[in-house]
Formats: sequence, structure tokens, C-alpha cells
Amino acid sequence: MSEIKRMDLEYSQLDSDRMRINVGPQHPSTHGVLRLEVEVDGEIVTEVVPHLGYLHRSFEKHCERMTYQQIIPYIDRMDYISAMNNEWPYVMALEKMLDIKVPEKVEYLRVIVSELNRIANHQIAVATFGLDAGAFTPFLFYFRDREYIIWILEKLSGARLLYNYFRVGGMAADIYPTFKQEVLDVVAKVRKTNAEIMNLLIYNSIFIKRTAHVGILTPEVAINYGCSGPVLRGSGVAHDLRRDEAYSVYDRFDFEVPVGKGEVGVVGDSWNRNMVRVNEMEQSCRIIEQAIAQMPDEGDVTALIPKRIKIPKGEVYMRAENPKGDLGFYIVSNGTDKPERLKARGASFVNLSVIPEISKGYMFADLILILGSIDIVLGEVDR
Amino acid sequence: MEKTNFIWDMFGTNIWTVLAVISLPLLFVLVYALIAILAELKVSAWIQERVGPMRTGPYGILQPIAEVVKLIQKEDITPDLSSKLLYNLAPFIIFTGAYAAFAVIPFSEAFVPAGIDVGLFYVFAIGSISAMGIVMGGWASNNKYSLMGAMRSVSQLISYEIPAALAVLSIVVLASSMNMQEISRAQTGWFWNWFIFGGPGDWTKVWVVPFTLALAITYFIASLAETNRVPFDIPEGESELVAGFHTEYSGMKFAMFFFAEYANMFVVAAILTTIFLGGWNSPFGDFMQGPWWGAMWFISKSFFIVLIQIWIRWTLPRYRVDQLMYLGWKVLLPVALVCFLAISLFVMIK
Repeated sequence: MSEIKRMDLEYSQLDSDRMRINVGPQHPSTHGVLRLEVEVDGEIVTEVVPHLGYLHRSFEKHCERMTYQQIIPYIDRMDYISAMNNEWPYVMALEKMLDIKVPEKVEYLRVIVSELNRIANHQIAVATFGLDAGAFTPFLFYFRDREYIIWILEKLSGARLLYNYFRVGGMAADIYPTFKQEVLDVVAKVRKTNAEIMNLLIYNSIFIKRTAHVGILTPEVAINYGCSGPVLRGSGVAHDLRRDEAYSVYDRFDFEVPVGKGEVGVVGDSWNRNMVRVNEMEQSCRIIEQAIAQMPDEGDVTALIPKRIKIPKGEVYMRAENPKGDLGFYIVSNGTDKPERLKARGASFVNLSVIPEISKGYMFADLILILGSIDIVLGEVDR
Repeated sequence: MEKTNFIWDMFGTNIWTVLAVISLPLLFVLVYALIAILAELKVSAWIQERVGPMRTGPYGILQPIAEVVKLIQKEDITPDLSSKLLYNLAPFIIFTGAYAAFAVIPFSEAFVPAGIDVGLFYVFAIGSISAMGIVMGGWASNNKYSLMGAMRSVSQLISYEIPAALAVLSIVVLASSMNMQEISRAQTGWFWNWFIFGGPGDWTKVWVVPFTLALAITYFIASLAETNRVPFDIPEGESELVAGFHTEYSGMKFAMFFFAEYANMFVVAAILTTIFLGGWNSPFGDFMQGPWWGAMWFISKSFFIVLIQIWIRWTLPRYRVDQLMYLGWKVLLPVALVCFLAISLFVMIK
């Protein structure tokens, strides 16, 4: 356990006035409509209170009035940056209750689109994190590359952001002829840009000065708060549902679970959290390459999709590794075509709760970076 | 009085020529600011693999004019609880501070608006007026972000004036003049006579070359901080302070801040050019040397520095406020001090 360096809150005997600032809901760096009520002593943050609910859309209640298929596009709106990954645990949960075994090709296709979307998500996360630190150019480099991923997903599903591509028992549409080659091209592009970003941003000395030793999240605190995803792995805890609870066909791939190693700064600081995402992009590239190689060519991905779903009475909880962390769906079925109750466990919401704990005592500018390194999306926080 | 101003030489000194001398740099600033804005748009686009503005005029060259027109059209907002007088005064004070420095900038051997003997001193004295405007604007806005931005700005300005002033002072020692025209004249000849390469003199100057090089870099870094440019743009640090001290400003008042920033960029670039890069001298001896060519060389060199500032802005992340203080007081200041002492010693021995 490394030593935590923070500004000494009792650094001054002078009783200076503390100022309360509302950061958000309209603020360039809150990544949406989050409001942070911040108390600062000069430049030093003494208290942070996140206020949520500006984007609350009653997702869970709304689901009780919709059939199971109608919920899928609505789930896209939770973590709208990684919609493919969102749909997966929900669809898996229904398949589990219906006891459907999806074809091999579907499993591989799901892995490929989800990993592509994971790369796109991490690109945004790293890009906006750089933007929070004041580096504008990496942001556009990543957005340029993300466009290629979006084009592929658009060709598959018809939508750029909110795909509505997963179906119970299959996918909405089959792949197109040049799909495999295009995916491999994108993987090459992702690697090339990442190598460039390493020099431009990640190992830039100003960036290291800004992010290393900032917002240190110890593994104990991370586990106590229920953090997951890169936030937890940045603290050195190797927890990845793709490996630990290998769902779908993830047990067939050879990939590593990147954790914060503290090569710069200490384990659990903002730099390491961010680095985990960069490393995960490389691992996703590896998974995609293997999946493309193993994916069977024949087979119809739309064959098994039922027209009406009546889920047998019962309940199920299914979770999967979202780019932001564990995304779980708890579904209670009453035997009709609509869920009795649906509860989503969003990683962003849980990860956000750790902000007040880890940002006290840092500078005001650091708070923005800590928030950026947590990588929240307000659609999932508020649901 | 030496020849400093072709307008006075040709038409004598009267109210009209004085007005002409005053407004010539203003005309220059306006045109320059438009070109600099376009350069910022285009250079940032090329760095980021975009094409930049393309619709307004051929290759988007009229974009800055469109932006200024847009800003003029915007509603001029004064916050209810602001201190009205100070709030409205601040943009003008900032621009005045930036523009007043142009009085001593030697554009050519035949044109410097006011060839005073303490030119460099004057630039530093007048440069601090901008800080006053920033504090006025930030505090009078009655906005917490603006206030924090203003406070940061002042602490930053104080930290960076000192290394910058020390760097300039070393060259003053070397040139034994504070008159910017004199300093430019001292560097006449080939480019190795520039003060960045130790200034004119025999081979013994190799001892000061490392120091003058270090000073040029020190001054350049300090000047980035003085103009609030990345990586030192923390007074307006948009990630945390929205827009810093000018958060509340809109329309033409915001444009004044904008103009002042670009004017300041040119001022520091012009000082760097004058004291380190030979001012209006041609780099190649008598080749293309003369009053008109001089203006060309001076503006090209200064604009090159401005382009480097833009290049840096779109490449680097931003420092944090305490790291900026650290860099100013614990890195740049000692470096500048050592160089200053070494150069003084060299001049004394010689």
C-alpha cells in the first residue's frame, strides 16, 4: 500500500472563508448534466457533493409498461456511448430464462461488436480525459478513429450510436460481405493511433504531472464502494467478468486483464485508471482478431428470434463487463410479455459514488481530472 | 534626436502625423489579429488532421471576419449583480495595456512609434496593466469562476514577470541599452550577431552563447505564461473554470479580451524578436537589408514566434496552478538568475 499524498487540509491556521461552487449542470467538464456542489478553500477542495437526477427518465419504471423486445432500444439510452455492451446482459438474461442456446456465429458476432464498442468507449474516455487536462488534439485523433468503428456498427445495425442490434436468440441483421476485412483494418488503425497517443498524451510530462498521484483510490476503498471496470482495475484489482465469469465464448480467447501497475505515479491514481483503458483497447483488439479468425462463416444470425416472448415466471440476474464496469440486469417475470420489475445496476452510478471520497484535499483542477478518470456517462448514472 | 520615424521625417511633427503614428500600429493589430485568428483555426486544423473552415471565402480565409461580425451582433450582457463600471471598463483596460506596448516596438529601422530610451522597461511596466484589467473584469463579474480565474492570473503574472524581466535584463547588460531600436541596431549583420547567439563580438562570445540560448527559451516560456496561452492558460482553464475571468463577457467586450490576447501574443513575440532574433535585421548580412525589408523581416520573425505559440497550444496539456508556480519560481527564475550573473560577469571581464 503506497502512501497517499494530499494537501494538508489543516495547512493554515488562518480561518479563511470557504467558497461553495456549483460545478454543473451546465459546465464543460462534467461530461453531461452532473452537478457537483464543491466547497473550496482557495484552490483546495474540501467537500464534494454530487447531485444527480438531471437526466432521470424513469427507465426502470418505464420498462414495466413495455414488452421485452421494446426494452432493447431503451437500454441503448442508458450508457449511450457503449450501447452494444448494454444490450448484451439484458439479452443474455432473457435467453437464460427462456433457456435458448444462441448459435456460435451469433456469439462471435456479439463479441466482435461489443469489443468494437468497448474500443470506441475507451477512445472517448481517454480523449475526454485528455481534454480535461487541456490537450485538445488527442481528442480529435481519437474521434477520427472512432468514426471508422461507428461506420462498421452502422453498416451492421443501421444506427451510429444507439444500435438496437441485439435480439433475444440472435441479432437483428447478418454481417455484410466485407465485414471481417473492415474490422481488421479498424483494429490496425486503433493500434496505430494508440501508439501515437502514447507519445502525444500518455507519457507527456505535463500530463503525467497533472494526473499521477491525483485521486488515489485504494483497492480497499474501491471494493467497499463497489467500483468495477477500469476504475477498480486501475487500483490493481484484477476483476473482469469476461475472464472471471466467462460468459458467451470469452473462455476461448487469449487475453489479459490489464490492471494499474503504478509505472508512473502510484496504483489507483488517475493516470493508472486511464492507462488501464488504453491497455484494454489493445486487449480488445486481440479478442477481435481471434474472434474474426474463429467466427464460423455459415449460419443465419436471425433464425432463432422469437416473434413474441413470454418469459416464464421467475427472476434472473445477469451481468456482463461493460466498458465502464459491471452492468447487471435483475428481471422479475410474472409470466407475461412484460417484466414485473426490472432493475439495472449501472457501473457509472456506483463508480461516481467514490468521487467525494477520493477528491477531498486535491486542487480544484484535479477534481475535474478525477471525475474524468472515473469515466461516467450521465445516461447510466440517472437512468 | 535620431531618425526613428519615417512619418515624422517626411511630414514633420503635427497633430495629423502624431495621429497617423498612433493609429498605424492599431491598423496593424487589427489586421494581424484577423490573420492570427485564421492561423489559429487553420494550424489547429492541420495539426488535428482536419481542413478547418472552408466555406467563408476561398479556403475559409474570411472566417475571422465572419467571427468578428458574429461577435458584434451578439447581445451585450451585463450581469445584474456585477459592479457595472468596473465590469464595463475592464476589457478596454486590458486592450489598452496590450496596445500601449506597441508604442516602443521597432517595426523597422525607420519606424518605431516612440523611440524612448527605456523601451524595454516601458514594455514591462505597461504589460502589468493587463493584469489589473483581468482582476477588474474577474472580480466585477460577481462570478466565482471569474474570481478564481482573476486571482490565478495575477499570481501567474507576478511569477512570470520576474524570469522574463531577468532574461531581458541580461540582454540589456549585453547590449548596454534599453532602447529597443539600439538593441536591434547592435545585431546588424549576419544571424550570428543576434543576441540568441551571443550578440556581436569576437570569438570570446562563445562563452555566453549557452546562456543566451537558455535565456531565449526562458523568456519564451515565461511569455507563454504572460499571455495565458497553453500550457499556462490556467486563468481561463476551460476544463475547470469554464472560461476563467471572462466567463460573463459576451459580444464585443469578449472580442476585446480576444483581441488583447492576440495583441499580447504579438507583443511578447516582438520583444523576443527584438532582443534575441535580431529585430528588423536580415539574417544574411546586407541581403534584403533596409527599412522596408526590415519591416518584412520583423513581422515575419514575430509571426513565426506566434505560430510556435499556436503550435504549442494545440499540442500540450495544461499545467496546474501550483505546478505553474513551481516552474516559475524554482526552475525559470534560478536559470534566468544564473544566466544573468554569467553574462554580467562576461561583460565585466571584457
